Amino acid sequence: MSGYQTGIIVLLALNTIAAYGVYLPMSAGQLNLGIAGFMAIGAYAAAYLTNACGWPPSAAIGAGGATAAILAFAVAMPMLRTQGIYLSLATFALGQVISAIFLNLDIVGGAAGYPVATHIEASVVVSAATLVVSLVWLMSTTRLTVYFAAVKNDPLVADLLGLNVKALGVAALTVGAGIAGVGGALYAHYFNYIEAQYFGVMLSTYTVLYVLLGGTQSVWGPLVGAAIFTLVPEALRSSSQWRYAIFALFIIVFMALRPQGLLTRGLSRQRTQARAQSGSTNS
Amino acid sequence: MTMLLSIQSLSKTFGGLEVVRDLSFDVPDGTATALIGPNGAGKTTVFNLISGVYPVTSGSIRMCGVDIVDLPSRHRIGRGIARSFQNIRLIPRLSVIDNLLIGQHVKLKRPLDVLRPFRFARDHEWIRAAKAELSAFGLSQYADEPVGLLPYGVRKRVDLIRAILSSPSLLMLDEPAAGLNASETRELHRHLDILRERGTTLLIIEHDMHFIRSICEQIVVLNFGCKIAEGPFDQVRTDQQVREAYLGTERAT
Repeated sequence: MSGYQTGIIVLLALNTIAAYGVYLPMSAGQLNLGIAGFMAIGAYAAAYLTNACGWPPSAAIGAGGATAAILAFAVAMPMLRTQGIYLSLATFALGQVISAIFLNLDIVGGAAGYPVATHIEASVVVSAATLVVSLVWLMSTTRLTVYFAAVKNDPLVADLLGLNVKALGVAALTVGAGIAGVGGALYAHYFNYIEAQYFGVMLSTYTVLYVLLGGTQSVWGPLVGAAIFTLVPEALRSSSQWRYAIFALFIIVFMALRPQGLLTRGLSRQRTQARAQSGSTNS
Repeated sequence: MTMLLSIQSLSKTFGGLEVVRDLSFDVPDGTATALIGPNGAGKTTVFNLISGVYPVTSGSIRMCGVDIVDLPSRHRIGRGIARSFQNIRLIPRLSVIDNLLIGQHVKLKRPLDVLRPFRFARDHEWIRAAKAELSAFGLSQYADEPVGLLPYGVRKRVDLIRAILSSPSLLMLDEPAAGLNASETRELHRHLDILRERGTTLLIIEHDMHFIRSICEQIVVLNFGCKIAEGPFDQVRTDQQVREAYLGTERAT
């Protein structure tokens, strides 16, 4: 496999992890526009642990995810007092604050960026992404997914049916941040260099777009969205500088045609029905 | 007769507006009680106070003798209080079964059950329990349909089944027959008859008097947040205050 192809696959893996970091809170009704901030925390925490404390990369990457999750847990209670667009603004602001802090934190290089000494192979990144997708898929076979949908759909009814709406919201935000933190930590150790500017608005926005494009109704939506966003711009590379314009146009047309995202529940239902029908004709 | 629900001098004000004023009534165990009154009389507010959506201004709400006014709303379903909503509030894009799973939540035995990947199991007990209730009310053919695609009358009854999956002792129904056609109303009637046979106590807000008469033993009439009459249907029907509340006073000529 060429270096170029490996690079694309790693990018796809990293984008997929980030997309699931956005997907989980979104399935509970929270639009997290600050996911890059949580990725930055994971990246810097893990890089510091391998650089300065001599941790093995696997432990450091796990710890990076845990750090992002702990921070999300700490800010979740005050942040979830806001709802809807205001919650999105709060997460957006948090992402900006985190990025600004790392930009000014001299212990991790400040504005000059932070080189990471330990390198991980592409296979590690891909395995981690596979693990994240498997875990989220496993979660989709539990009650938790239905409960998140209930909280998103109607928090008052969810509460009256006995669900702990606040705890579910905190859980969704925290687990999402933990996943994003792992993604950031993997990024740091694959590319061996991080800078605060990378974890900015564009990264958060693109990650949200992966999820919206893929669809929030199916657990595979973020994976498909991340794949399209990673691969299509590469396929359009031949049209040189016009590729971004073409891709932007593609997104607009796509969202107009399928506002619920590419994968919807209706789609998977049609498939199961078709399978059931073909099964009955066979027997 | 033992009282399942007992409301004593209940009041609720929003700002300066008294929506419920010094209201007291009892709901005996195993009966059906109707809460009626003109629009704006405070009926839905009473439901919201009992289920804990709003805190009470003063007074007490006793469930099996225990005052629950300080109990957080999400714990009240565990005390046996379930309700349906005036406008159906199910999750439209989820299937009927998935909606019903949420109703089972308070009956889970262990907290970690929430994380059990039960969809791997063929015919898991939770799915079976939800399907059993659906078929008890003759709705099993809708089990896997998304709720949003179902007819109004069916959605209303799915909402009721979600409420009773918590095995409530008191089920509060907010205008269950509103918007239903004649045959849907008959089906709803049968549905409630089954619940009564099981011993579920009902508290019903409803405007359809024929419906109330055929289901409820006891009527409580509200007007401007106060109780103006209470008793069996025929007694309440002839009450002067009730007639005035619904029809207005006759001008002396």
